[in-house]
Amino acid sequence: MTVDIRNTIRFLLNHRLVELSSVSPVQTLLDFLRLDRNLRGTKEGCAEGDCGACTVLVGRLLDGRLKYESVNACIRFVGSLDGCHVVTVDCLAAPGGPLHPVQQAMVDTHASQCGFCTPGFVMSLYGLWMENPKPSVTEIEKALQGNLCRCTGYAAIIRAAEAVSVIGDLNKDPLVLEREKISKQLEGLKDGKRVVVGDGAERFVLPASVNDLAEIYEAEPKARIVAGSTDVGLWVTKFMRDISPVVHLSHLDELRSISVDETSMTLGAGVSYTQAYPLVTKHFPQLTELWDRIGGQQVRNMGTIGGNIANGSPIGDTPPALIALGASVVLRKGKRRRTVPLESFFIEYGKQDRHPGEFVEAVRIPFLNENARCAVYKITKRLDEDISAVCGAFRLTFDGNGKVSDAVIAYGGMAGTPKRAENAEAALNGAEWTDDTVETAMEALGADYTPLSDWRASADYRLLVAKNLLRRFYLETQGDQPVRLDRKRAV
Amino acid sequence: MNVMQPIDRIRGGVHEKERHESGHKHVTGTAEYIDDMPEPAGTLHAYLGLSERAHAEILSIDFDAVKTAPGVIGILTAADIPGENDVSPAHKHDDPVFATGMVEFHGQPIFAVIAETRDEARRAAAKVKIEYRDLPHVTDVLEAAAANYPLVIDPLKLERGDIAAGFARAKNIVEGEMRIGGQDHFYLEGHISFAIPGEDDEITVHSSTQHPSETQHMVGQVLGVPANAVTINVRRMGGAFGGKETQANLFAAVAALAAKKYRCAVKIRPDRDDDMTATGKRHDFHVGYKVGFDDDGRIEAVDAVFSARCGFSADLSGPVTDRALFHADNCYFYPHVRLRSRPLKTNTVSNTAFRGFGGPQGMVGGERMIEDVAYALGKDPLEIRKLNFYGGEGRDLTPYHQAVEDNIIGRIIEELETSCDYAARRDEVLAFNQRSSVIKRGIALTPVKFGISFTKTEYNQAGALVHVYSDGSIHLNHGGTEMGQGLYTKVAQVVADEFQVDLHRIKVTATTTGKVPNTSATAASSGSDLNGMAAANAAQQIKARLVTFAAERWGVSENDVAFEPNTVRVGIERIAFSEFIKLAYGSRIQLSAAGFYKTPKIHWNRSEGRGRPFFYYAYGASCSEVSVDTLTGEYQVERTDVLHDVGKSLNPALDIGQVEGAFVQGMGWLTTEELWWDAKGRLRTHAPSTYKIPLASDRPRIFNVKLAEWSVNREETIRRSKAVGEPPFMLPISVLEAISMAAASVAGYRIAPRIDAPATPERVLLCLERLQRAAKNG
Repeated sequence: MTVDIRNTIRFLLNHRLVELSSVSPVQTLLDFLRLDRNLRGTKEGCAEGDCGACTVLVGRLLDGRLKYESVNACIRFVGSLDGCHVVTVDCLAAPGGPLHPVQQAMVDTHASQCGFCTPGFVMSLYGLWMENPKPSVTEIEKALQGNLCRCTGYAAIIRAAEAVSVIGDLNKDPLVLEREKISKQLEGLKDGKRVVVGDGAERFVLPASVNDLAEIYEAEPKARIVAGSTDVGLWVTKFMRDISPVVHLSHLDELRSISVDETSMTLGAGVSYTQAYPLVTKHFPQLTELWDRIGGQQVRNMGTIGGNIANGSPIGDTPPALIALGASVVLRKGKRRRTVPLESFFIEYGKQDRHPGEFVEAVRIPFLNENARCAVYKITKRLDEDISAVCGAFRLTFDGNGKVSDAVIAYGGMAGTPKRAENAEAALNGAEWTDDTVETAMEALGADYTPLSDWRASADYRLLVAKNLLRRFYLETQGDQPVRLDRKRAV
Repeated sequence: MNVMQPIDRIRGGVHEKERHESGHKHVTGTAEYIDDMPEPAGTLHAYLGLSERAHAEILSIDFDAVKTAPGVIGILTAADIPGENDVSPAHKHDDPVFATGMVEFHGQPIFAVIAETRDEARRAAAKVKIEYRDLPHVTDVLEAAAANYPLVIDPLKLERGDIAAGFARAKNIVEGEMRIGGQDHFYLEGHISFAIPGEDDEITVHSSTQHPSETQHMVGQVLGVPANAVTINVRRMGGAFGGKETQANLFAAVAALAAKKYRCAVKIRPDRDDDMTATGKRHDFHVGYKVGFDDDGRIEAVDAVFSARCGFSADLSGPVTDRALFHADNCYFYPHVRLRSRPLKTNTVSNTAFRGFGGPQGMVGGERMIEDVAYALGKDPLEIRKLNFYGGEGRDLTPYHQAVEDNIIGRIIEELETSCDYAARRDEVLAFNQRSSVIKRGIALTPVKFGISFTKTEYNQAGALVHVYSDGSIHLNHGGTEMGQGLYTKVAQVVADEFQVDLHRIKVTATTTGKVPNTSATAASSGSDLNGMAAANAAQQIKARLVTFAAERWGVSENDVAFEPNTVRVGIERIAFSEFIKLAYGSRIQLSAAGFYKTPKIHWNRSEGRGRPFFYYAYGASCSEVSVDTLTGEYQVERTDVLHDVGKSLNPALDIGQVEGAFVQGMGWLTTEELWWDAKGRLRTHAPSTYKIPLASDRPRIFNVKLAEWSVNREETIRRSKAVGEPPFMLPISVLEAISMAAASVAGYRIAPRIDAPATPERVLLCLERLQRAAKNG
């Protein structure tokens, strides 16, 4: 296959076109803005995508529509921005001109104190407002899960977010007014070429298509595939690891496809959590709370399902749920594809069933049998934007006569990989769905797992809570008494 | 000359809900923090090399790979220090800039790399090869005591009455212990210093410091130059909370050293993880207590020891542990009392100031005792609280022999109890817990009394510099630093009020040691009390000159000269302020003044544990209701009501912001913020991915915050306001207690749950297990 190659990346930065022929594969957007472009409104708070001080908007064409999403500039590589529109706080209000409604609302409600996190909040709220001009408090909180403020206690920021709905007019917003123009500009930047910047090991590539990716990766299996960079970004900013050469997936619309047939749903590996949200929660409402609590909004906008799987972490958010649902993963190397059950993809800590040059192309999730019940529980120290201490996922099928016909249980945080609870499943399979059975299965979990103690939780807590989650699942099938906290915010 | 009609009042005077002076710059990203300043050409960057051992001898250091790394200009070690290798704020000479021979905590700075870019300096620093010989280390406070680790500073004892007699008389005695975790400041802007060398021995450092004068002295000490050669500037900090009271000194010193050595501007900014590893935090405490009380719950005697994890050096651990003792009584009279501090050395980063400065830990200990009394007697803790409040015949003396003269806690509690409908809601919670087996609820109403003044009496002074320019614009500078709390706004409001001009006429400029010398840390909630008074004093000096001038020039009595909104009235004539100033300038009136203030009445004799360390007290109370999931230990705060006393508020909008912010920050301290050291003595919760401060979704689902609008400081403070920075930090003790009540429900409220802080879901679940076992067995 021959493809045309371009040796520059091109993107819009605020009102200007940026074209770069020399940029490091590990150049972060934040450093580029602050050091190269002297745009210092965007701040570095943590350099790991957890505090949101560096939040900017990235606009890209998704299914022909220009969509702006909040992202963490600190862990976003510049190379991945080809064909995008980057919007920073610096351009929201002209010097000396009126403030943008989001900014005005923040000032009016005394929503800034030290001000360091403020530009990030402004950008997160701006991103929310563009998509949802009249958000509920719960929606505002969700949009702000990735923004830390240490001064205000957030109350004033929430008041600001509510005030934007009143004082702002979306039809007068510059980005909305320029939507068509920008869309055309971005469309014009798409030339279908493979992008290669740099040489030797100091190089990054944006494949022109999935076939191109397959060819590139097969030829160079040591290259690092980067999708959302929500984890790999930290390898660079925290561990100063050399990840070159890098293959970015950000061009590949094909990997962002979601298809639904009668029995299952298939998500391309490049589908972000945000993109997947409507269909995942429609077909698997049991995953809604989990999905709402993956990272913060910026991480959900960047991070991909494929990355979450390929990464192989024992505490990744989606694998326990996907294993419980019986998901399988499509792996591709060159022109060859194979499909493996997700649970067998995870071999041991740090080791997955992925051959050199092979990449995760898609994940297929079968729909639930009508006799099945499913639940996923994520347990964390802090409710939102936290990594699981334990994540328990349950899918039990009942035979119609009060017995369990098929139990599938998977936990994250309990072993070196996301792992099935074979002993507990055995205790349930064929047994009456009763308190006693559940007790027995809870005990059996002790044989399934020997969790570790670390800063997220002690081994004792992990095992105890893992057992209790099975009880929670049982109680939820039983009665009307609330067995979980009601997370919806009172008005 | 026009005769003008006065308008009723100026814009932005005191007691107005004025916006933060930098608000419009915060939201546009144009508020300049140190890392945003334009760097002069050739600016170099420094990065620290940190110890990878908790306690070890350094056998050798191999810098070869560091020196040859790209961009590296040089390396700084202790050998490069021309002055003293010490930045101890306690002047104990126990806080080296760079460790030599031995390291005493994991993360201790050993050297710095200077390179052309920050990235290069950081990458190069990681290439060092250090050979260590490990020594035994201790990170935990009780282990430190068991290992006979020394105290970092002399302990304090507060004693009053006769505890032996008190306990002998008490019908009931409870003994207990509690662990209270520390807290990382998690200011959003990490530490940073930017040094620019001057002529001769001069150096200017832009430092993210709450204490420019101390930073000035420390830089001088390290460089071996007098204070007059060092200028420290700070326009604003991106949050500080005590974390930049002493901890900025190290970074300022390193930047200054490098700037002088390499004769160019040098900036240093650690990565977040290194900032959290290498700089001090709130002290973790262990409290061992014994409390005697009668059958009603009236306390007879208290004996308690507060042991603190101080880290490897003294830093501010002395005054921090002192303040813990000063607040162990909270609002309660202890007839017989002995409180002792034990500031223990540990192989951890040296703990430091953090909002409340030990007071919160003391207060949590005191409230735990109240809770124990309540559970022992099967009563509502609020009933025990009210029974023991200061007040009544012979019941107003604190353990440090200061009389509580301004007690308003009774009224605060009464109003809050009514407005939040405490009694009915508590009944409802009890009924809910009867019918709900998995989800349990808890409610608690807790008070706060917090002493205002630095306990180091000499710190209770401040200076300000006010210039009125001949166009009538006003330039204000004072010794306080702006870290988001709105100090610049409040002090400007005071000056506006003094001159009776609109706030926009006043420009507050960056705090600098060159304009106002010998300042105190902006800490201890004292910022507006001290600097507001000093600025008022400066304005009054200028006004006095202007009055004399006007009286002479227009031939009226001085009493006939008045500053009215944006005008000066002379007799019956009203002259626009700027016009009046032009005339004064023309008559050669000095339009600039340095103001000064020192807090009256206070004194403190530490060795005797006696005196009046506090000018006054600030009060407050909160009621919180929580739900707890007894299967997982997860919880959420359903509702919080706050009534807080800021005296007559200088700016109610800013004060509400302080109260809301302090509440959520304090709630984080008591719930999800956990510092976790591994067996090697490494702090493993050193970034927001592992250290969990509250998010928007963690704030109480219903959050009603009110100021006690009727309150007026009985002492002559600036416009009768009260300090607000720290006192509300202790309001969320109600959250901890509400969680505790929910937990207690599984054992019929008969056993004190004694959840340690922070009450993470794990601690809550393990407590529930313990209570359920005890209930079964008992």
